Amino acid sequence: MAFGLSSALSFAYLPCIRINGMPLVAFRMPPRAIVKGLQRGLGFGMRFETFRSPASGTARLDALLDAGKLVGLQAGIYWLPYFPPDLRFHFNAHNLLVYGRDGDDYLVSDPVAEASTRCARKDMEKARFAKGVLAPKGLLYYVTTPPSEPDWAGLGRRALVRTTNIMLRTPLPFVGVRGIEMLARRVERLPLDGGGERARLYIGHLVRMQEEIGTGGAGFRFMYASFLQELAGKTGHAALDGLAIRLVEIGDRWQEFAVAAARMIRRRDALAPPALAERLRALAGDERLFFQELRRVERAWAC
Amino acid sequence: MRERDVPQEGNATLAGHRKAIYAVGEDGKLRLVPSRGWEVEEIVTRQAVEDLERRAREARERVLAGATSPLEYHMYRARMDLALLSQTTGLWRWRVRRHFKPRVFARLPLSLRRRYAEALGLSVEALGTVD
Repeated sequence: MAFGLSSALSFAYLPCIRINGMPLVAFRMPPRAIVKGLQRGLGFGMRFETFRSPASGTARLDALLDAGKLVGLQAGIYWLPYFPPDLRFHFNAHNLLVYGRDGDDYLVSDPVAEASTRCARKDMEKARFAKGVLAPKGLLYYVTTPPSEPDWAGLGRRALVRTTNIMLRTPLPFVGVRGIEMLARRVERLPLDGGGERARLYIGHLVRMQEEIGTGGAGFRFMYASFLQELAGKTGHAALDGLAIRLVEIGDRWQEFAVAAARMIRRRDALAPPALAERLRALAGDERLFFQELRRVERAWAC
Repeated sequence: MRERDVPQEGNATLAGHRKAIYAVGEDGKLRLVPSRGWEVEEIVTRQAVEDLERRAREARERVLAGATSPLEYHMYRARMDLALLSQTTGLWRWRVRRHFKPRVFARLPLSLRRRYAEALGLSVEALGTVD
């Protein structure tokens, strides 16, 4: 629900931001934008703070926790000791919640781990002040005024408009449906020299951005579908239900793309970037039709 | 994705963790279902890890052959690249690259060694060796 109301679904292909020498491909808005979008929608107060020095960041976190606040943090994955070793890459845009402190350990609720975990203060400080692309700079955020009971129909419609605008009408060629098409062109032209090792890494990176980081590209499509269903239930606008099922099918097709790519990486299938580009183009087409339909449904709702 | 199709293939890179995934239940409603992992994710994660391990291995051989300094090996072992190491330490790239030369690295002052060790999460002694 939160994901949908904050209009978090998107697509962006950002070749100028490099992660380990590979372009950034995002399937949703940055976490900070999601929280802010939600704040705008639900009318609650939220405060964001960043810090210059690690010491002051840690002191502030401790003070907030001692005051009984629930605090959200941005942190680099690599320095979080409770992460599985194979997933510890230098990726900075990870968000987690701290709900308490026990001596020198923080009590952490992380979307990656099923149960809550602990994290030592020293490790957390290092993770919060990790450097590099999307450096968190110790970002923390907490609620200042609680939300009021929202007007679901009004909020929902505004969120739908925002999302369709991002996907269909952004005047930038690397955002939304056009971003998917741009990525398809890039994939099509991948050089195959040197046995295609570099092309394999590029494709693998794409799939990792899609599936591994967060709950993934297809996962975000499913999440948005769930939002549409919930909204349909809350407002009685049944047309959204049908759209949710269509979006689930699109998510399935993103997963098929990931499977096809993985087979090429493992050399079960011959490496053929044009075939993957074709799949991406089909996905772009599907998503364009889907969001146009979503726009129509939103308009029909008005009358 | 149907609830019964949620992958439970035991992705080794998750190290026993489970992920929550939205899937369609019997009643047509989407709900959260725990997943033990998907083979595709394991393949791409292993690919990335193996690539980094390969770079570290190659750097290690070059260190033993006297062609580079242990710093380069430790950089790859910490899953970093030149850009990230330079940002983490606050040193210019050309300086970091210069410190890859064994001769320059050998007479690196302790303050710089500390800076690298801190950035890479190592002790100062470990920074000078390749095991």
